[in-house]
Amino acid sequence: MDTKRTTFNNRLLPYLLLAPQLAITLVFFIWPAAQAVKSSFEREDPFGFSTVFVGLTHYRQLFADPNYLDALWRTAVFAVSVTALSMLLGLAFAAAVDRLARSAKIYTTLLVWPYAVAPVVAGVLWWFLFNTSTGLLPFFLERLGIRWDHDLNGTHAMILIIIAAAWKQISYNFLFFLAGLQSVPQSLIEAAAIDGSGPVRRFFTISLPLLSPTTFFLFIINVNYTMFDTFPIVDATTGGGPAQATTTLVYKVYQDGYVGLNIGSSSAQSVLLMLIVMLLTFVQFRFVERRVQY
Amino acid sequence: MAGIHISEVSKIYTGGVKAVSSVSIDIVDGEFIVLVGPSGCGKSTLLRMVAGLEAISAGEVKIAGRVVNQIEPAERDIAMVFQNYALYPHMTVYNNLAYGLKNRGTPKAEIDARVAEAARMLEITQYLERKPRQLSGGQRQRVAMGRAIVRKPAAFLFDEPLSNLDAKLRVSMRGEIKRLQRRLGTTSIYVTHDQLEAMTLADRLVVLNGGQIEQIGAPLEVYHAPASTFVASFIGSPAMNLVKGELHGDKLAIGPAMVALNGFAPTSGSVTVGVRAEDLRIARDDEEALPFRLEYTEELGAQRLIHGTVGDQQITAAVSPEIALSPDMRIAVDAKRLHFFSIETGKRLPGNVPAEAKLAPVEPVI
Repeated sequence: MDTKRTTFNNRLLPYLLLAPQLAITLVFFIWPAAQAVKSSFEREDPFGFSTVFVGLTHYRQLFADPNYLDALWRTAVFAVSVTALSMLLGLAFAAAVDRLARSAKIYTTLLVWPYAVAPVVAGVLWWFLFNTSTGLLPFFLERLGIRWDHDLNGTHAMILIIIAAAWKQISYNFLFFLAGLQSVPQSLIEAAAIDGSGPVRRFFTISLPLLSPTTFFLFIINVNYTMFDTFPIVDATTGGGPAQATTTLVYKVYQDGYVGLNIGSSSAQSVLLMLIVMLLTFVQFRFVERRVQY
Repeated sequence: MAGIHISEVSKIYTGGVKAVSSVSIDIVDGEFIVLVGPSGCGKSTLLRMVAGLEAISAGEVKIAGRVVNQIEPAERDIAMVFQNYALYPHMTVYNNLAYGLKNRGTPKAEIDARVAEAARMLEITQYLERKPRQLSGGQRQRVAMGRAIVRKPAAFLFDEPLSNLDAKLRVSMRGEIKRLQRRLGTTSIYVTHDQLEAMTLADRLVVLNGGQIEQIGAPLEVYHAPASTFVASFIGSPAMNLVKGELHGDKLAIGPAMVALNGFAPTSGSVTVGVRAEDLRIARDDEEALPFRLEYTEELGAQRLIHGTVGDQQITAAVSPEIALSPDMRIAVDAKRLHFFSIETGKRLPGNVPAEAKLAPVEPVI
């Protein structure tokens, strides 16, 4: 890439210009992360008077704890479901809007709106829709013979947070997929049409393969989103319940640390969460990226 | 193999802009037709209407005797070569060629045979396993051609297929397209803005301007008897000189000079006079001539272009580089080499067709 090189006369100036961003990263990311790593090796009494170095004890305990292993499995289910659902729907909407000529702008605007909704509000919104006594959806589900009750039924609770989390992310995926679809050269679509390929076949044999870089990017973003950013949705709807049926890793970090005041274990969990996401991203870049090039 | 009949075809966009208005062309089986004109003249739009990529606003397109107005591009039995090649970037060359056949449910063995044949014809056999991005511009162009020929369509449609290539490659690919088309005998419509490409490829040229046909004819016909001042200035390089003149009986006045026409005058009064640069020559001392004030020259090697003025009108002449130049010269032209156009309409005035126009076009030799 052709980047312009700027030369500073004052040797201090570049550092000064970088300082605000570096300070923010340092104070709000590096420092807390380092603190988390440090306190994951320590045990602190609830009042913060004494701290003991305990090595890997917290980590050992976590892997022996069935609650933690359950949360791990639950998070996997949650992440895969939310990513799959929001990406599929985002793609479907993008493909639909891409076929429109004049009304595309209106639909795009409307479809992007959910992204502007705060996660807590999104959670509450779906919580109301699914509310056992006053919600609209349980009313209709009842007619199908399904008794909806996310306060008692763990599976229902999980479905609720999956839908709420996916709903918010559809907008994001939609926007990227739409941009991707619109950058597929028109002449390729025309060439395929002359080559006897109908709209559906064109989509699967031409557009979709050309979208693979976008898909790959969104996959990483979505997994990271479900791992980290879905805390408010869980907190506002199910609060991790019932019987921890919706306690994902990030929610457990909060519960053990802030509610249970078990700072050591909570830190160890957040370090593990960070490692999981780093590993996933690494694996994705290493193995998936090789197949998205063309 | 089929003829294409375009009758009274128009393209009107919403808002009433007419991109193509009432164009009729009859293309016989195996003919190579070139649509040529400046950008925005509607040539690509016309081609895309034949292909089925644009709806036809009015008129009728027939391919092999069948009206195709409402028929999908895939069902029209045509193949198109795009300006940017439009190769599928995620597929190998083999799959690019095979895609159209696979979509039509052709048996695997036949696909293999046809792809192999096309690849051999275009000398791209060794690249079949490569992706388009691993190919050079010329190779991509061949693959795009290959994709058209494997299907054995009734007609080829070319949309400025050579304009992304460098000058040298363009000349050699031009030759190949011509050779391939002769060999396969497939009816072809070729769109270009390059008049040289149009002249060299076409069996017949269709010169378009502002969505309308200016002239249809064999390249030499169009060159030697342009139907309008537009065609005269568009076809041929350097462009034909067009100057204002006055006809007085059998004499033509251009600025201060008079030329005897020896019976070639088609009318009288003011006319636009056209004369090709190569039809002008340095006058002998004893003949009537135009006083020419030299401004600058361009060297073409075999020829030298001399630019200057006769009276206050610009004139370019092509002369031998051996002729000595001076600031003031006298140039002459044979009366039968003059073209006359109406001042008002720009149309050619009838009654005089230079002898060369009667030359038969060269029969193609394969």
